[in-house]
Amino acid sequence: MTDVTNGEYDAFLEALAEGEGYYLVCENEHGLLPPRRACPHCGDRDLAVRDLPESGEIVTHTTVFVPTPQFEDDAPYVTAVVDFDGVRLTGVVRDIAQEDVAIGDRVTATVGSKETTDEQTIVFRPTE
Amino acid sequence: MTSFGSHPDRTGRDMFAEAGLAALEDAGVSAADVDELFYGNFVGTLSEGQGHQGPLMAEALGTTAPSRRIESACASSGLAVHDAVRAIRSGEADVVVAGGMERMTNMGTAGATKGLAGAADDLYEVRAGVTFPGAYALMARAYFDEYGGSHEDLAHIAVKNHDNALVNDHAHLQQEITVEDALGAPEIASPFTLYDSCPISDGASALVLTSPEYANEHDLEASVAITGAGHGGDTMALHDRQSLSKTPATREAAEEAYDDAGVDPSDIAIAEVHDCFTIAEVLALEALGLYSHGEAIGAARRGETRRDGELPVNLSGGLKAKGHPVGATGAAQVAAIATLLDGTHPRADAVDDDATIGVAQNAGGTVASATVHVLEVMD
Repeated sequence: MTDVTNGEYDAFLEALAEGEGYYLVCENEHGLLPPRRACPHCGDRDLAVRDLPESGEIVTHTTVFVPTPQFEDDAPYVTAVVDFDGVRLTGVVRDIAQEDVAIGDRVTATVGSKETTDEQTIVFRPTE
Repeated sequence: MTSFGSHPDRTGRDMFAEAGLAALEDAGVSAADVDELFYGNFVGTLSEGQGHQGPLMAEALGTTAPSRRIESACASSGLAVHDAVRAIRSGEADVVVAGGMERMTNMGTAGATKGLAGAADDLYEVRAGVTFPGAYALMARAYFDEYGGSHEDLAHIAVKNHDNALVNDHAHLQQEITVEDALGAPEIASPFTLYDSCPISDGASALVLTSPEYANEHDLEASVAITGAGHGGDTMALHDRQSLSKTPATREAAEEAYDDAGVDPSDIAIAEVHDCFTIAEVLALEALGLYSHGEAIGAARRGETRRDGELPVNLSGGLKAKGHPVGATGAAQVAAIATLLDGTHPRADAVDDDATIGVAQNAGGTVASATVHVLEVMD
């Protein structure tokens, strides 16, 4: 599946990899990731682009021991949801010992390859 | 329903035929009288390479009545029942079969894990390593953070549901477990171990639903009726929700179903809820209004939801022990409540004699879709 491209989502990942992450926000301040043409919370279609904040806070996490085939060589790995003050992202946590990952940890978002495939995924690393 | 379990060599059409023909026989309705089939299935195009399963499954029942396959991940046959109720109420149909089938064990654990992950958002979640257990683990940890609770509380839910399934010969797992077994089992996605998770199962379920008029005209023995049906929705990705520890799709479906039936949560005597993972039972009981937020986590530990408690939950064994052939689950839950209320379920002895109202809750993915049905004993 590595030859499949996903339009605006891949463009978002490329920007995130360059340190120029962004998100979409509707007139009611609902933060969203591309691709979106309408806000699922309020139906607003006037979505503005905003810079992704430098760092965010882990709101929940899990260490996955039984993966899907596309993460076979990555397991065990930590997946987390991170709040970037306006938008939340889901990604893989690296460079923190798995047993030390905690809700409230501050992380930055970037992009990295998996061990299993070349597919790119959102990666969270601890702030300096 | 068929027995739920590991039947890798059985075709989907044969499993659905077994469940559907038994339902028709039990109801005393001939296939020729079936107006429509509402059939739930999730990964049939992956596991059997078979699309267009509606007509195939109608054929298996001995009819070419119009049919459709309904896919709403793990809520597929809950939604089939919901839509079947609508079809009857609209006057379009007098007799419908609603049910579902899933064949999964032939895909292997990795294949089934990939198939199940398809219930989550592919771009936002699956690419970030979210598995089906992983998604519920994210919700469990958020719940603990917000309300407290522990993995041990969850283990009591697993122990309860395994215990309930011991007399259910249709259950996938008839195995007594202890809290220590659950806590010490191999890790799947922290904080979950193997016993927080339902098994990967094959199986089929089917219900025959008729209009009250048809039942009267044909002298059918129909002592239990679906009096309320509700359907709710939410965003696919967990990170797009306001709260990771609440499931508003179930709340929405429950309010609609209770309103439809004219009942309150306090009227409900028994519940079958979607415990694909132990935390899901907690989230369901709170969204159904049977517990306040933060209170259901201790319900099994305190004994309240055990079969000798005030509100027995998942007397069938739940998805946890009865098994979870995804597309068959929702209709099987409704069948469990119906048979618990009419006294024919092997755990019916745990239902109080004066109990007349039960509820079944079915959830898709991480509850981006949910259905709730209220069943009542008819005078």
